[in-house]
Amino acid sequence: MKLDRNNILTALSIALFFLFVWWANHHLTSYAVRIWEDTLIFLMLSAGYNLINGVTGQFSLEPNGFVAIGAYVTAILILTPAQKESMFIIEPMVPWLANLHMSFLPALIIGGIVTAIVGFLLGFPVFRVRGDYLAIVTLGFGLTIRVVSNNTITITNGSLGLKGIPTYTNIWWCAVWVVIAMIVIMRIVDSAFGRAMKAIRDDEDAAIAMGINTLWMKQIAFVTAAFFEGVGGGLLASLITIISPTVFTFFLTFELLIIIVVGGLGSMTGTAIATVLVVWGSELLRVVEQPMNIFGLHIPGIPGMRMVVFSILLIVIMIFAREGIMGQKEFSWDWLFNKFKGKRA
Amino acid sequence: MNLTIVLQQLVNGISLGSLYGLVAIGYTMVYGVIRLINFAHGDIMMVGMYFAFTGIAMLFLPWWAAFLLSMLASALVGVIIDRVAYKPLRNASRISALITAIGVSFFLENSFLVIYGGVPKAFPVPSVFGGAINIHGVIFPNIAIITPIVAMVFLMILLFILHKTKYGMAMRALSFDFETVRIMGVNVDLVISMVFAIGSFLAALSGIFWAMRYPAINPLIGIMPGLKAFAAAVLGGIGSVTGAAIGGFIIGISEILVVALFPSLAGYKDAFAFLFLIFVLLFKPTGIMGEDLERGRF
Repeated sequence: MKLDRNNILTALSIALFFLFVWWANHHLTSYAVRIWEDTLIFLMLSAGYNLINGVTGQFSLEPNGFVAIGAYVTAILILTPAQKESMFIIEPMVPWLANLHMSFLPALIIGGIVTAIVGFLLGFPVFRVRGDYLAIVTLGFGLTIRVVSNNTITITNGSLGLKGIPTYTNIWWCAVWVVIAMIVIMRIVDSAFGRAMKAIRDDEDAAIAMGINTLWMKQIAFVTAAFFEGVGGGLLASLITIISPTVFTFFLTFELLIIIVVGGLGSMTGTAIATVLVVWGSELLRVVEQPMNIFGLHIPGIPGMRMVVFSILLIVIMIFAREGIMGQKEFSWDWLFNKFKGKRA
Repeated sequence: MNLTIVLQQLVNGISLGSLYGLVAIGYTMVYGVIRLINFAHGDIMMVGMYFAFTGIAMLFLPWWAAFLLSMLASALVGVIIDRVAYKPLRNASRISALITAIGVSFFLENSFLVIYGGVPKAFPVPSVFGGAINIHGVIFPNIAIITPIVAMVFLMILLFILHKTKYGMAMRALSFDFETVRIMGVNVDLVISMVFAIGSFLAALSGIFWAMRYPAINPLIGIMPGLKAFAAAVLGGIGSVTGAAIGGFIIGISEILVVALFPSLAGYKDAFAFLFLIFVLLFKPTGIMGEDLERGRF
């Protein structure tokens, strides 16, 4: 890597980001830190999701399935054999998994790799279709994962789920993984692969005519997204400590979809801005579900109102502001400096 | 397993299949005219159930009036959804429209969750549809016999509208060439609204019969049958109404038979339709009756 202005500035801003994480960890309330952990994990998930949806233009709805796989694999690997024995009360766990135990980092990486392999295998059938069919098939995949995790009792403990997962995840784990994910994904977007992916998004037939192996490009985007969604699932599992087949529903995919739509399909920096807005916004929106007193008027809390607001928001954005915050553009140092120069001239 | 059980399961499967078929018709018609997977279509089924529930249990209407009003109101909901959410996006990319459809689906589910609460409601089954009949020792629930008959009647009416009326001709023409139909002076928006109305009407009909079959309803109940009906529409060949009905029967019957023949696989029955879907897309993406809509236009 060259040591030019842009790279130095990027390194500086990453250092600044870690400084912020250090500050947040020491000075914010544990509630705020927890929301930041959520934000960072969601950023990682939605960056991967945007690579396949926004950059490559393959509209898929798979994240909840991938996150579930990553979460289960990581959780099974970091639970101790004793915990697993006491938890599997319907049927004992298959022996080779029951005695497997490792530390967090290898468990996360294996979770990511297993998810990536599943993504790779899934890619072959689903990328035979384009557009909206792809959406339904991947949606069906997410549901299938739920059905499978409900029924493979000797591996996932069925509907009882896994409890007492050790809490290794803290804000540093999330921060480091998010930086890795963003660097890898932004490098892919800037490379020849990224240009091929954008070509597929803009006109798939033209891309084929230019000699791009579209299946292969889609697979690269899909497998990369799967890996980071798997790792994100592992981080989430260790953060919420209890997972069951009903935890990773289509609602998760819906939230990620809102994030990438708000940020702009195809823009990673847009995704970063939108993740912070949506995750913190949804925390602030909890107000509408709680009882309120306005000028002596008592309004009872309406549970579920938040989702109504969210879905209206999504529809309104799609109708009136389809580009989102950043459109397909990226924030770059060159753009910033040109702006300054333009002002001086 | 003896013949009696096979016969019972077959009737059961046909009845379930006709419910899937009715929903699949809405998917296939909407996809045919505007190339959109109407994600909210399964939720229209749920809307129909709740409207009928409101009519019978809260407004104390006679069941036939409640059912009819529910279906008409659901048709209206379908038209409003199209006018408000989908029409502004006619010229946008198809993915934009699809994302909006997902938003509409979530909106319906959650607003009904807010209005009716998440606790399942007991659907009041009119006595006409309760009970069972005994034919030579084989017992069939009335509802399992009535459902396919009603579905067939409405399918016939729909086929008549599609093939013998002016508006039906316009609907079929739209699926071939949108722009040319517009040039010919057809009120395209009116025809699209009619397609949404017909699809939503049939989805509500299917929802009401679903609720009488499994009489506990909740705001998320439409998701699973909706997805299976979509699988049925693709299996039958998207764009083809007869294909959708056939696809519905295949999915319904095979789902029931798999559970009846291999009880150990019963837990996987919800995943079954998607395996079907993936295999169809792998080997014959145009389905049983369909033409390749993607390429057919060029």
